[in-house]
Amino acid sequence: MTTEVGAETEVKKDAEQAGAGQAKDKPDEASRTTEDEKSRKASSEEPLDSSSVPVPTSPSSQKKAKDLSESKGISRFLPPWLKKQKSYTLAEPKEEAKKKTVREDQVIEAGDCQLPEEAPQPERSLKGAATEKEHSAKAEEKEEKRSVSSAETQPAKEDGKEIEVEKVAEEKEEKQVEKEEKQVEKEKRETKEVQTGEIKAESIPQKSPKKIKTVQCKVMLLDGTEYSCDLEKRAKGQVLFEKVCEHLNLLEKDYFGLVFYESSDQKNWLDPSKEIKRQIRSLPWLFTFNVKFYPPDPSQLTEDITRYFLCLQLRQDIASGRLPCSFVTHALLGSYTVQAELGDYDPEEHRSDYISEFQFAPNQTQEMEEKVVELHKTHRGLSPAQADSQFLENAKRLSMYGVDLHHAKDSEGVDIMLGVCANGLLIYKDRLRINRFAWPKILKISYKRSNFYIKVRPAELEQFESTIGFKLPNHRAAKRLWKVCVEHHTFFRLLSPEQPPKAKFLTLGSKFRYSGRTQAQTRQASNLIDRPAPHFERTSSKRVSRSLDGAPIGISDQSLLRDFPTARGGPAGDKVLDIEGAGQAKLKEGSREENGSPVKTPQLELIQDGKKLHSLKVDGENIYVRHSNLMLEDLDKTQDDLLKHQASISELKRNFMESTPEPRPSAWEKRRIPPAALQAPAKKGDYLFQLKTPPLREKQWTAAPRTAEAKPEEADKRHGSRAEGPCAGGSDADKSSHETLDIVEEKKQAEVGREEGVVIDETNKGKMQVATDAGETCKVELLSKKDSSSLPSDSSSSSSSESEDEEVGEYQPHHRAIEEVIREEQEEEEDANRKKEHQEKIKQPVEAPTEGSKLNVPVEHAAQVAAEALAQENAVTVATEEKKVSEEVKQDVGEEKEEEQLRLNGDVSHVDIDVAPQIICCSEPPVVKTEMVTISDASQRTEISTKEVPIVQTETKTITYESPQFDGSTGGNAGVLLSAQTITSESISTTTTTHITKMVKGGVSETRIEKRIVITGDADIDHDEALAQAIKEAKEQHPDMSVTRVVVHKETELAEEDEE
Amino acid sequence: MAGLGGGPAAFGRCTHAVVRALPESLCRQALRSAPGPDVDFARAEREHQLYVGVLKSKLGLQVLELPADESLPDCVFVEDAAVVCEETALLTRPGAPSRRKEVEAMKKVLESLNLNIVEMVDENATLDGGDVLFTGREFFVGLSKRTNQRGAEILADTFKDYAVSTVPVHDSLHLKSFCSMAGPNLIAIGSSEAAQKALKTMQQMSDHRYDKLTVPDDAAANCIYLNVPSKGHVLLHRAPEEYPESAKVFEKLKDHMLIPIANTELEKVDGALTCCSVLINKSSEL
Repeated sequence: MTTEVGAETEVKKDAEQAGAGQAKDKPDEASRTTEDEKSRKASSEEPLDSSSVPVPTSPSSQKKAKDLSESKGISRFLPPWLKKQKSYTLAEPKEEAKKKTVREDQVIEAGDCQLPEEAPQPERSLKGAATEKEHSAKAEEKEEKRSVSSAETQPAKEDGKEIEVEKVAEEKEEKQVEKEEKQVEKEKRETKEVQTGEIKAESIPQKSPKKIKTVQCKVMLLDGTEYSCDLEKRAKGQVLFEKVCEHLNLLEKDYFGLVFYESSDQKNWLDPSKEIKRQIRSLPWLFTFNVKFYPPDPSQLTEDITRYFLCLQLRQDIASGRLPCSFVTHALLGSYTVQAELGDYDPEEHRSDYISEFQFAPNQTQEMEEKVVELHKTHRGLSPAQADSQFLENAKRLSMYGVDLHHAKDSEGVDIMLGVCANGLLIYKDRLRINRFAWPKILKISYKRSNFYIKVRPAELEQFESTIGFKLPNHRAAKRLWKVCVEHHTFFRLLSPEQPPKAKFLTLGSKFRYSGRTQAQTRQASNLIDRPAPHFERTSSKRVSRSLDGAPIGISDQSLLRDFPTARGGPAGDKVLDIEGAGQAKLKEGSREENGSPVKTPQLELIQDGKKLHSLKVDGENIYVRHSNLMLEDLDKTQDDLLKHQASISELKRNFMESTPEPRPSAWEKRRIPPAALQAPAKKGDYLFQLKTPPLREKQWTAAPRTAEAKPEEADKRHGSRAEGPCAGGSDADKSSHETLDIVEEKKQAEVGREEGVVIDETNKGKMQVATDAGETCKVELLSKKDSSSLPSDSSSSSSSESEDEEVGEYQPHHRAIEEVIREEQEEEEDANRKKEHQEKIKQPVEAPTEGSKLNVPVEHAAQVAAEALAQENAVTVATEEKKVSEEVKQDVGEEKEEEQLRLNGDVSHVDIDVAPQIICCSEPPVVKTEMVTISDASQRTEISTKEVPIVQTETKTITYESPQFDGSTGGNAGVLLSAQTITSESISTTTTTHITKMVKGGVSETRIEKRIVITGDADIDHDEALAQAIKEAKEQHPDMSVTRVVVHKETELAEEDEE
Repeated sequence: MAGLGGGPAAFGRCTHAVVRALPESLCRQALRSAPGPDVDFARAEREHQLYVGVLKSKLGLQVLELPADESLPDCVFVEDAAVVCEETALLTRPGAPSRRKEVEAMKKVLESLNLNIVEMVDENATLDGGDVLFTGREFFVGLSKRTNQRGAEILADTFKDYAVSTVPVHDSLHLKSFCSMAGPNLIAIGSSEAAQKALKTMQQMSDHRYDKLTVPDDAAANCIYLNVPSKGHVLLHRAPEEYPESAKVFEKLKDHMLIPIANTELEKVDGALTCCSVLINKSSEL
């Protein structure tokens, strides 16, 4: 190894040198570089080989090295980075001289080897080392790339990802050290800069486009061929889509889209307006080009080539069985296919079995083929285009033409299918259509967790609109369905796309909107197409297609997925990783875990995986998918409507949401919230309602055994929380993790900024609420955040909080149970696991557990960042005591872990401790003034007429203990809210939300800290103990704290489902 | 061209009709939803012969007439034994056990027409053809005492090209006891509450907007529409003597060739116009 390695390194370096020399100023750097080199040399005693070995080298070692380097590199100061980089570049030129080359090689190698060792070292040395390491890492990467480059570009890409991840980790470490968020932020920025610097260095020296962080994309086209191209990692979906369309010479492209599969049946449309990377996360960059919107009348398409692709899609649909046809129709459509591809029947040319090479149907029989031949003979004279048109004229009449089916269950747990089509939503049970909701009838589409809801216009004699709920297999499925609905509604029903809602104060719903052209627009545009009919070859839909078609298109993808265990879970690796040796190991791990998570078994591993998965999944999406309310044609409701809404309890009852578990809270909260304040902000009736409901639910923790669904949801929450946190390093890390590319981080930051804005909104809410009801308001916010976290889809905590609240409200239970299992593990193990998780989240290939460097990281840190929660979302809108907060969070996390080990069962012990006026720590529940013992025992089954019923069948038991005492220092007085901050941290079974509000009352500033600790878990957790421990710890932190409320919520789901 | 019935334009095309003579046992043993006056067998026969005569002579269909079977008192109502759409025939499993054997003769005759035969073998499935309304674009299947979900599913499996929507039917024997197609895009519907409700259901379930022809009498809403090449739109409807008000409504259909047919006797045993024939469109043999 060593000898070989050395040789390779040299070569690589040479290559690098060329690039490096061009890139930067040598003189400035030189001095620095020399220093760096010295230090490096000192450190770099150990084997150079590992670093030099390009692909085969153990990925872990490289990764570690990179990590170390990165961590150091992330070091707070930009200048060092630059210096280092420069030095690196300088080194390359020196290499030319050969003398220096040796040095550098050594340095590089040393850096790699040393990295693990260095980690423990003090920051300074670390920084230097880090920089060195980074350089070395870069160098390694470059080397790898070069070595591999001829063969494959991918490895390089992976490296880039890894590096970034490491950087993130470093950032976290730094944070710990400093414990100052501000600093952290700075660091982040620095890291960004550093990264960019790195990019430049890399790109410049190599000059070749490959070195730029590109990813190879493969797109399966409709004719069965594969199109591949290199895309910048940050590229948005649109870029790829445009490329494909260009490749296909397709102008009427709005009917089409790119699909990626999470699994065989989980088809996701690539959002053109979003970065690809964020959407596919760890999945391979493998897409299929498909018809997205089936034109109801294909004859209105302008170009034959468009019809041709539509034909190809339909042939796939038919052959795979997705588009069912009768025997006769199979034969007829097949005959047109043959006519289009082979031309007129020629007895000489078309012998006996010329037809059997085609696949016309899932179950093709001799008889059918004979029929096809028979019909083929009758098509004499039809041109290919005409045959295609005839094909489409017949295919469009098929009842399932253009219907996008989704598995679901109705309120009674009966398996149904929801079909989204141009005209609306179709409900199928088995093959039978049992209901249909045309777009005009649908007022609102929403999803919450794994439930999908449509609000339907009241029927003629009915007064109230009704909400109908369906249960999807999991949250992601619900979101997928929702998105498809949004898109279809927009495309077919609207003249122009609706502008995505901006994250304003009162905004409800996901930001996601269909951004493309509508059918009306695309028709208009295609009228302007003025080009000679493009020539295109009709490739035969023969065996090729058969192989593809035999199984749904997804199949090819599936195989890939199988290869990459991670792919299934989605989160862990990038496609690129596959190729890369390093990535694979980790990916596999991740995948396993992920796979396990769905099982929901109590085992530690599984649980961890679940966390990881969730986090990963959530991250990408959170940003743009928030809460999912799509208001259809009835967007603006007047306040009157709202009031009506509130007033009519009956309606509420009807409302699915309400029928679900927690009717009481809403009523409850109504009282508290002064209508005026709320109303002003609330534009939609739903909104008001939502606000009211959420708080109670959140407070609850489920003592009862959780059903499968609950757990996943919890995980989702976690994810959400992580993603959400604008300021928190943890969240950033996650974000960064998503985006392997350096550049990505910048984006993340941008996102963060947004989120912050959102947060502010929340604070505003808080104010308003505070004005009315101080104590509650805080709670609400907290709740909302939690909710947001709970919702995987909801990206920004603050803006989405309301909507999130809704979700919570419906389901009451907070699901965070999965983590419980882990308690048993030793802390170190936990840390390691956390690290692993974290890494996985980050999608890094790095193997966390083994590495010493990570271990070195302070426990707190690990807990915060990597570990379970990751959720620390510091919404620091107004600067306040950030440090404290962060620290507290960390502590909490640690404590929580411990707490988990303790067991509490049954009822929660009620602890009232009243101390400091301004600081209030609540275990679990938010602060409530009123004396209330709410025991709601609802086995809620909604029995709404046949098909339309809320799906969530849960038995819930909620017990609320509230301390009468609470004064609500903030409450009532309606001070001026200076700042509000919410921090969420999650541990295995515990989620702690810390809400810090700073208010000025009569010139006195008052800081109020509210903590909500939610302990979630299955029956096997001793909740009493956990609660006791949590309270204990909280009290340790804040001796003055008082427990204002304890809510016990038991939920048993009647209908169990499988999650992902 | 074949294929999906050639579209709505070809709706009502018909070349063959299967009918069956009525057995004497009908008078006493035929199932009836409610007790009522006895069936005048002689008159019933006359009406039926007129009915068949219209199909055969006036409209030029090839009528395949099955002999009566005394052991099957309801055998005249052939519609319930088979659903034929284009080249495919689904042999049903009638909801009334006493009628199950009616299918055997039907099977033979349909086989002789060289149709693709699908048999409903699932013992949990029941389906009466009278619950099946084919509009030319889709199927509606009444879920009634005679037809269950499983039967509807099998129908949907048999005619995959078409949407099959289910319509609850409570107050009457069959879905088509109060409705039928009176034209390519025209649903004749009775005025009863149940009928109107069913219509609403159908309208909601369909992507297509149908015109409706509301007639005062539910029974009169069951009519037979045919598209006969030489005669255009043809509508067999209940005679003005029976349902004068409804007949007036039909008479407003200017484009239709209206043929009033009395069905006084079979109506006593829940028979309607469509019940007594299975219409088949054998497109030119391929």
